[in-house]
Amino acid sequence: MGLARGVLRSVLPFLVGLPLLLALQALLDARGWDDVSLILINVGVNVVLAVSLNVVNGFTGQFSLGHAGFMAVGAYTAAKITLGFTGLQIAFLPEAISDHVIFAFALGCGMATAALAGFLVGMPSLRLRGDYLAIVTLGFGEIIRSIVENMRFLGQATGLSGIPRLTNVTWAGVGAVATFAMARRLAVSTQGRALFAIREDEVAAEAMGVDTTGYKVRAFVISAAYAGLAGGLIVHVLQLATPRSFTFIRSIEVVVMVVLGGLGSITGSILAATGLTIALEALREFEQFRMVVYALLLVAFMLLRPQGIFGTRELWDLKLLRRLGWPRTAAAGPAGAAPTEVRDDGVGGRR
Amino acid sequence: MTEFVQHLVNGLSLGTIYALIALGYTMVYGVLKLINFAHGDIYMVGAFAGYYIAGAAALRDAPSIARASLVTLGAMLLCGALGYLIERFAYRPLRHRPRLTALITAIGVSFLLEYGFQLQFKGSRFPPGPTPRVFPILVKREPVGWLDAIGVNLSNYDLIGLGVALGLMLGLQWIVYRTRFGTAMRAVSFDPQVAGLMGIPVNRIISWTFVLGSALAAAAAIINATFRPRIDPLFGLMSGLKAFVAAVLGGIGSVPGAMVGGLVLGLAEEYVAGYTLSSYRDAIAFAVLILVLLVRPEGLFGRATVEKV
Repeated sequence: MGLARGVLRSVLPFLVGLPLLLALQALLDARGWDDVSLILINVGVNVVLAVSLNVVNGFTGQFSLGHAGFMAVGAYTAAKITLGFTGLQIAFLPEAISDHVIFAFALGCGMATAALAGFLVGMPSLRLRGDYLAIVTLGFGEIIRSIVENMRFLGQATGLSGIPRLTNVTWAGVGAVATFAMARRLAVSTQGRALFAIREDEVAAEAMGVDTTGYKVRAFVISAAYAGLAGGLIVHVLQLATPRSFTFIRSIEVVVMVVLGGLGSITGSILAATGLTIALEALREFEQFRMVVYALLLVAFMLLRPQGIFGTRELWDLKLLRRLGWPRTAAAGPAGAAPTEVRDDGVGGRR
Repeated sequence: MTEFVQHLVNGLSLGTIYALIALGYTMVYGVLKLINFAHGDIYMVGAFAGYYIAGAAALRDAPSIARASLVTLGAMLLCGALGYLIERFAYRPLRHRPRLTALITAIGVSFLLEYGFQLQFKGSRFPPGPTPRVFPILVKREPVGWLDAIGVNLSNYDLIGLGVALGLMLGLQWIVYRTRFGTAMRAVSFDPQVAGLMGIPVNRIISWTFVLGSALAAAAAIINATFRPRIDPLFGLMSGLKAFVAAVLGGIGSVPGAMVGGLVLGLAEEYVAGYTLSSYRDAIAFAVLILVLLVRPEGLFGRATVEKV
């Protein structure tokens, strides 16, 4: 019974989301709104990135700056596979479907290799904490990029080109829904509880018998896998994979989204990722101000509202919505936990 | 042999630059326990400050030692002021917040400087914009013939760079260990609260630490720019990260550690890049960092801290 409910809860978002996405896609294709679909794909990819980074940075309270590295691993794996399969068609399947089956396989492989990379990186570095972890993950991200840049069969600095354009609104949407469902299911699970415990107080969690390193590595691996998914999605719309698209700046962009939305808030990340992507698209003619705005937002938020828009709460925890009779889920994930304000300065931080 | 000594010379000149930047990281980390992510960008601003001062003082055509020192001192002053401002307005309001908040702010400030300097307005020479600029020649480059016998190129740049860097480091060593300010700084780094109770003006000491670190970064930037005159708003990022690695290698919070760490890192980078693949140059520093953190997280000169619950 419990299992059936669990499975239903994991599948339900897709049952609701998929028809909507397919309808949206059909509408966009019928109208020929290519720019709109491009923006929507970008939104989807950024949602995947932000929510998956939130699992490490928000849920677990660790600070990873190497998301772009895992993205690169997933992107190159997926691109290599779809490039290898170009011109091939799976028997008994029409071409369009066959392509997408291969694409799904490629994305899966991308996630797997990214998860493997996440394991290899996470295993040694998650012994460290706070700012050291941030720098080490940054270092690993740069090392991954450096390795890719030096591998001949990955095209070195010029990268891989001619990747088939397979990502569409549905794919990006399914990715986003999958990441959301993953994060949500994680937040209400034992694993998620352990992660929140680590975030609130790692020493106390360990004293309570939480295998902190194990849970941290697992969170890291999950997060890396979804970063790989985002990488696979984005290269199949840009049709180009270069090391330059996966620099440390890309990681920072994702961090900004997560911080803005609120570390630990899934809906916050989704809103921030969507809002920032659309806002930046609208401000395209001010391209040179883009990163300046990012930086200013980051500093301003840290000074004025360091917990981000939502803090650790979710959209449905907001007073306004609750007053409207929004159904509040019983065990509302991080909301139940104490607000995260790690007092590690010994002064008894002001809140 | 020739190659080995040449790498030694290049590695030392690179290492002193890393060491000077690393000092800023290590001092700020000592007093605030904050990785000042923007430090690499202060270094970048130092180079541009020198560029603009040299431009304003029309030094392009007459290189001389006196003018070089004018440019260097000017850049150090400007960067010191910038360091003060950053500390005052970005970090001080966050002093009692979780450390991660300050780290994110530091990343924000770093990006603000990098991308602020990449802006370009019509008819204005500042900000410099994204295209690289050529740093003016401050001192004439003259080969020094000491090592010609074994075929190694050595110029007065190497000697001046090394001399200035060593002078600054000795000066800093004197400030930290022989003056009242240095004593106060060490007290703050030991325990800010108790230092405050003992009547040490903690805020002022922290401000001056930033000023000092930023001025050293500016000096490093000028030395670096005389060697490698192409400067652009992003060139501080990588050097800053590598200098941070140097600081961690030497033991973050330790002044002699930063110097040794910088030199070791510079030499390691030069030798590994020289004898194996030069395209892995940037990855070397991070590999060193990861090794250090795994094998000896407190660094070469650092004290191991025990976490009390």
